[in-house]
Amino acid sequence: MKLRSPRHARLFVLLGALALLAPAAAQDAKKEIERYQRMIAEGSPVELFELQGEELWRKPQGPRNVSLEKCDLGLGAGVLKGAYARLPRYFKDADRVMDLETRLLYCMVNLQGRSREEATKRVFGNADRQSEMELLSAYIAGRSRGVKMAPGMTHPKEKAAIELGRALFFHRAGPWDFSCASCHGEDGKRVRMQDLPVLYKPAYARPVVATWPAYRVSNSQFKTMQWRLNDCYRQMRMPEPNFASDATIALNLFLTATGRGEPYRGPGTKR
Amino acid sequence: MNKVRRLLLQGAGAVAAGLLAPLSALAAAWNKDAFGAKSAPDALKALGASDAAPSREVVIEAPEIAENGAVVPIEVTSGVRGTTALMVLVDHNPFPLIARFDFAAGALPFVKLNVKMGETSNVRAIAEAGGRHYAATKEIKVTIGGCGG
Amino acid sequence: MAAGPMKMRATLVGGNTEVRVLMTHPMETGQRKDPTGKLVPMHFIQQVLVKVNGKVAIDSQVSQGVSRNPVFTFRLRGGAKGDRIEVSWVDNQGESNRTEAAIA
Repeated sequence: MKLRSPRHARLFVLLGALALLAPAAAQDAKKEIERYQRMIAEGSPVELFELQGEELWRKPQGPRNVSLEKCDLGLGAGVLKGAYARLPRYFKDADRVMDLETRLLYCMVNLQGRSREEATKRVFGNADRQSEMELLSAYIAGRSRGVKMAPGMTHPKEKAAIELGRALFFHRAGPWDFSCASCHGEDGKRVRMQDLPVLYKPAYARPVVATWPAYRVSNSQFKTMQWRLNDCYRQMRMPEPNFASDATIALNLFLTATGRGEPYRGPGTKR
Repeated sequence: MNKVRRLLLQGAGAVAAGLLAPLSALAAAWNKDAFGAKSAPDALKALGASDAAPSREVVIEAPEIAENGAVVPIEVTSGVRGTTALMVLVDHNPFPLIARFDFAAGALPFVKLNVKMGETSNVRAIAEAGGRHYAATKEIKVTIGGCGG
Repeated sequence: MAAGPMKMRATLVGGNTEVRVLMTHPMETGQRKDPTGKLVPMHFIQQVLVKVNGKVAIDSQVSQGVSRNPVFTFRLRGGAKGDRIEVSWVDNQGESNRTEAAIA
């Protein structure tokens, strides 16, 4: 191509330079977003939710007027250190695989004598008033800081749940024919400025499972995995799954198993 | 009159007098004019800081991109000798002045806080030392992340 | 309405004291609409005081431009284990809260 004048030549050089700059600029954007994420985590109010959760853990409630302090989250009655990192898992007394919120519900019903209806009346809260489940989740998850994620994977029911979770992850349905994999199944996908992690790959799943439940700065709300899964279905325009249903537990176990080995960082802070 | 002082004098609210008395005696009056200013220059004028000159000694540490404008982490340090106050402004906010921090001898001229940003904007940090003002600015891009969920 | 929980930690870092305080507060700008469409009135922290062994070290004027559930980090000159740090706030509706901790 013949360059007609020095002006054209300069323009060409500038365009060339810009073309080279584009990937570098994208990398810079990613770096700055990571810096944002690091700084909001360092200056996060998340501990306040953990404190409130601790109060609820110790609060006598229900017809039996007892606290949740004797609840067995898998490591023994009342043992909290490291318990969250071992969930979801199979529980013999319930003969069921359970995640944290499901297990809390079990203890509310069986220890405190509360009805399932009452205990699940308001499982997802808001910025003005977080739910019991959310606050308890913050506290209990916080007690697993630094502990490697190690959900149950050996019991036959745990294995079955993982397979169900995997099947659900890839199962397309609903008016948009979406599955989890539609957004979280391919490298390089993004929604606006959000990189979408490929959640069936360990490298992506690990940092995700290590930072839920989490405080969302965009709406000042503390959110749990049950909420996250529920909201994904809503966003896919599919019916929202029931709280503590087999489907949600299976998905949760599939994701956590995929992210196993990652040291839990404590309740996260996200955009 | 400062609204807080008015409430105090009226004895309103379920606030223990013993708790607030020290605050009202020592705390600086809330600068209504500066906080009510709708432009950064007007806010600076109300702060008496229109003389603010750029200075490398005032440093803003913040990400260049914020995933959400509801919480933008900002850290400000002043290396100007004798800094007694720091002010933080977000130029394009409806009310640019975010906060003012006055430091007694026992405090360092440093603060980290989370600010709200309505849109991409310059963030301004002003240090006050010896009656003069020193400024730093940094542009922070605000994006709307994800699925809105 | 009782003020929500507040937490503060004061630690020695390189000869100085770093004070990190977490506050529960809606920091309403007065521009937000509630689910019924009504404007939520302005409700934000206006003053934050940091005291060391009873003496004011930092006097802050704060506005609704600070994020909900504010987290502030301050630095104090020097400091010794056991020094008493107090952080208190007052908001535009006359509510307040305070918390105390010893330098760890």
